[in-house]
Amino acid sequence: MTSSTPDVIDLLAGIHTGSFVDRIRAERPETRANAQKSYLALFEPVQEVDFLRVERLAVAAFVAGLHDARAVAEFYTAGIIETTGGASLAAAVRAEVEKGRTHGPYGKYLAGPLSVEDKSGLIFEVSDFGRVALGTRLSAALDHSHLLVFRPREASPAALQKLLDAGWNTTAIVTLSQIVAFLAFQIRVVRGLSALSKAGEGTLASAAAE
Amino acid sequence: MTETAIHPEFENRPTAFTQAEIGWTPWLAPLAEAELTDRHWAGLVDPSRARSAYFMLLARDPEILEARTKTDKDIFYNTTAGLPRADRELTATAASRVNGCIFCASVHSRFASHYSKRTSDVQRLLDQGTHTDLGSRRWNAIVEASVALTATPSAFDEEEVTRLRSEGLNDLEIADTIHGAAFFNWANRLMLSLGEPTPAAAF
Repeated sequence: MTSSTPDVIDLLAGIHTGSFVDRIRAERPETRANAQKSYLALFEPVQEVDFLRVERLAVAAFVAGLHDARAVAEFYTAGIIETTGGASLAAAVRAEVEKGRTHGPYGKYLAGPLSVEDKSGLIFEVSDFGRVALGTRLSAALDHSHLLVFRPREASPAALQKLLDAGWNTTAIVTLSQIVAFLAFQIRVVRGLSALSKAGEGTLASAAAE
Repeated sequence: MTETAIHPEFENRPTAFTQAEIGWTPWLAPLAEAELTDRHWAGLVDPSRARSAYFMLLARDPEILEARTKTDKDIFYNTTAGLPRADRELTATAASRVNGCIFCASVHSRFASHYSKRTSDVQRLLDQGTHTDLGSRRWNAIVEASVALTATPSAFDEEEVTRLRSEGLNDLEIADTIHGAAFFNWANRLMLSLGEPTPAAAF
């Protein structure tokens, strides 16, 4: 089995060319290629439109930090630091991560049979200090990202209205939602494949053993 | 001018997990068919998705929609040498149950039942939650792995890999389990944050 060029997931999960996890990934070339295309669509967009690349990286670094996914957070943070004024932005994001870290998912359901499963938890808002460093727009994006990471069941039209009021338009909110949601996927694939790698090679699928 | 979020008004909002066909309605305006350019059509992948408010809302950013749709299709439909379809649908149902996505859970629990013929086991997962005994060690292990991966921060580790192996899953099947559960952490966050389930099939 020929291996492909390493991609972001390989980089983040420490998957080496020719390793058994590399061969497993090569069995799903469509999944592999489109996970990479998803990353590129979000972080090397054909049109930045109303959502700058540095803002995208800031959201990703925040989300990865909240997941305690160190390699992923460092990867996106490194992207922020490469931009003009990036070091102070990266520091501001990191400070909010420290304040926002918790365990989820939690939150309330609409009143009904699931109310017995309601679980309270941190309702995060960017600090006053962070608000100055990040600005209104990015602060609103981080508040919303925290909601989606930890208590997605509490999402609401009112939460979207806060983003609209902070200067986000409908298309940019779709992209913001995709970034948070894609990171939720990417981080878990990295985590899962890293665990598989650490566990050592087991039984290979017959096709993968060739 | 600042745009306004949609506050849909309807009766009998779904408040419990179900295998019934329910719908979904957006909180932000989807594109209209007349607004679609070639770029948007490419993003939809299947032209029939122009009938779905969900995909027409996501089509506002067509490049990520296209890549995401192709990721989704391969993770759920490409069973070559890997995890059977029923087990993939089970990973999606378990992740959706944990995150609280009533709409996603309805679609994928229905698929899990269809492919496994284990409708009552699937219903128990919906009614009692992911700790319930599904009547087979294999299914319990797949659900446990999906739940561990879905926790934030994720709790999936070598222990889950070992447990899946002890139930006979090979490495490709374990990778399929990981991708199924991970993908639903993506899907749930879009479905939950951009709109809400409706009792009728408006999706």
